[in-house]
This record gives sequence, structure tokens and C-alpha cells, in this order.
Amino acid sequence: MLIDALERVGAAVRGRVERVGYGARFFVRLLWLAPAALARPRLVVDQLHFIGNRSLSIITVSGLFVGFVLGLQGYYTLQRYGSAEALGLLVALSLVRELGPVVGALLFAGRAGTSLTAEVGLMKAGEQLSAMEMMAVDPVARVLAPRFVAAVIALPLLAAVFSAVGVIGGWVVGVQLIGVDPGAFWSQMQAGVDVFDDIGNGVIKSVVFGFICAFVALYVGYEARPTPEGVSRATTTGVVAASLAVLGFDFILTALMFGTD
Amino acid sequence: MAQRRGIDVLVGLFVLVGLAALVFLALKAGNLSGFSIGPTYEVRARFDNVGGLKVRAPVKSAGVVVGRVAAIGFDDRTYQATVTFALEERFRFPTDTSAKILTSGLLGEQYVGLEAGAEEKVLGRGDLIRLTQSAVVLENLIGQFLFDKAAEGGSKP
Repeated sequence: MLIDALERVGAAVRGRVERVGYGARFFVRLLWLAPAALARPRLVVDQLHFIGNRSLSIITVSGLFVGFVLGLQGYYTLQRYGSAEALGLLVALSLVRELGPVVGALLFAGRAGTSLTAEVGLMKAGEQLSAMEMMAVDPVARVLAPRFVAAVIALPLLAAVFSAVGVIGGWVVGVQLIGVDPGAFWSQMQAGVDVFDDIGNGVIKSVVFGFICAFVALYVGYEARPTPEGVSRATTTGVVAASLAVLGFDFILTALMFGTD
Repeated sequence: MAQRRGIDVLVGLFVLVGLAALVFLALKAGNLSGFSIGPTYEVRARFDNVGGLKVRAPVKSAGVVVGRVAAIGFDDRTYQATVTFALEERFRFPTDTSAKILTSGLLGEQYVGLEAGAEEKVLGRGDLIRLTQSAVVLENLIGQFLFDKAAEGGSKP
């Protein structure tokens, strides 16, 4: 009885460790195949269109509204301390450092990650991937790698669009509606936002999140059970796992980048 | 083929929009436009206390940015801070220029103020600014104030 229980725990732990190892191997394989995918830009461009262009609208609209809210909330808080002029700095720093990369990645996982997972999962369920293997075409190289590369390229650009639109949103609410002095708004922002420390680190963050979102979406799709239920479950798992991983890594990256100053 | 080209154009637009956003952030929100792109020369100064001065803080003369703080170090022979400034090549300062660490506003960031002297000779690469005034440390100021008050109170009968 006791031995049985121990055996089950052991098997479960072993299974988990094995999955981590398999996932890591899969990630390295994607990285390894990524340059080869760049050699066939047609496939990557198609995926960029599918992943990037189609996400642009949701990213832009969300960025605008996040900027609006930041402008309003920031103004009410700052005004209590008589420093409403710092609104531009507050809006820009929070967008560039955190909200742009993180919210961008969360939206990206929901908008593009799910469709990647579902697409790959359905290809697997329809045995298209097996058919490719039959024809001696590596499905990871032909199907997954271009999508991986496209997602890693698209997310930093989308995050930058998010931040830029958000800054404009903050400007619209702060300067146009509330009436914060425009000169102070921009000059405080420019004095406080560093190109490398803030914008550069934000871009690095979004590149890392691009790797995470793309890897998780493709991995769960590729490993989905080839049934309608399996694909739907993989899609859900993918969004949840990618979002949690993004938030977790965001904390680690923030601690590394902005911790000691 | 026509459809292909359409997709290429759309993707190109997407990439351009993303890059434009980055450039907008760097120029409009960041301080890239404030960078002195011109050549610089370095001069040094020793301070008893640099307070909260940071690398890349502005160096101003008459309120105009003329350079940036390039490095802050510690000299364990004099027990002073050595601050290196990168000044723009086109601005020359006399050798008896004095450097002060100032604060913009009551709680703002700290910067270095240069006040030109009257010497004929100008500072060159690697020269040392001899006249310096340290950052004001609020605790010392308050301590001084309390001490003065106590002394005043003590002298009264």
C-alpha cells in the first residue's frame, strides 16, 4: 500500500521532470530551426501578416484606453501632491517599462497565441503533420519554426505600438482634456525616461515575452491530443500557461533590470 | 501573385508602424534627442560629497546643458569622490571654473552647475576643476539648524 503510493508519487514526479526536459529540448529545437526559417522569408512574412497585422487593431485600441486610464488615474493621484506636471513621466515610464511589454504580451497570447495553438493542434488532429513526416518534411521546421520567428518579431513591435499609442492616450486625457501644461508634460517625460535603461529594457522584455508566448502556444498545440476536445483544452492551457509565464518572467526581469540602481 | 504582393505590403506597413512607434518613444518620450551627439572632452573634479548625483546627470552652465556626468568614482587616498564630466567640445571653460552639485527644485534630480571664472587659459582634456562645492545633504542642514537653535537658546538668560 505504502509502496504503491510512493511509486505513484515517484512516477508523477518523473513524468513532470520528463515533460520539462522534453519542453526544453523542443525549445532548443525551435531556436535551432529559426535561422533556417528566416532563409525562407515567404513563410515568415505570411505568418507575420497573420500574427502581427491582425493583432494591430486590438493592441492599438487597448493601448489607447490604457493610456486614457493612466492619464486620469495618474492625474488624480499626482494632483494631491501638487505635482501634476509629472503626469507625462508617470504615463511614459509605466507604459514603457511594464504595461507595454506585459499587457501587450497578454493580449498577444490571447489574440495570436490561441490561434497558433488551435491551428497547429488541428493540423495535428487532421494528421497533416504526420503526412508531412511521411513526405520527409520536418513539420517543426516547415510549420512551427516560421510561426515562432514571426511571433518573436511581431511582439516587440506590437509592444512598442502599445506604448506609443498609450503615451498619446495619456497626452489626450492629461493635456487636452484636463489641461496639464503640455511643455511640462513632455519635458518631464524626456528628462525621466532613459533610452537604454527604460525603453531598451522594455524592448528586451518584450522580446523575451515573444519567445515565451510563441513557444508555449506552439508547444501545447504540437503536443495536443489529436481530438477536438484535446485541441480546445490545449488552447485554454496555452493561454493560461503563457500568461502566467509572462507575469512570472516579468517579475524576474524587472528585478534583474531595475533592481539595483 | 497580386495577393502575395498585397500581403508583403501589409506586413511591410506593420513593421514600419512598429519601428515608427519605437522611434517615437525614443525621440519624444525618451531623452535621445537631448543627447549631445557632438564630440566631447572630459574634465574631472573632486567632491567631498556627491549626494544623489547619478551618472548621465546633466552638467549645466547658466542653466544650459553643456555636458553629462560620465563617471563617478571614489579616491581612497583623499577620501573624496572623483566625478568625470563629458563636456561638449564647442564649449570651453576657464581653468578657475567652479563646479557645484545642485538640485533642480526642492526634491528634483541633482545636476552639476559650472560657473565660469576669469582666467585666460581654458580647461583641456583630463584637467581637474579645483573649486568644487558638494551636494547639500538635508540631514546635515537640519542638524546644523538644530545646533544653531540650541546655541541661541543657551545664550539667552
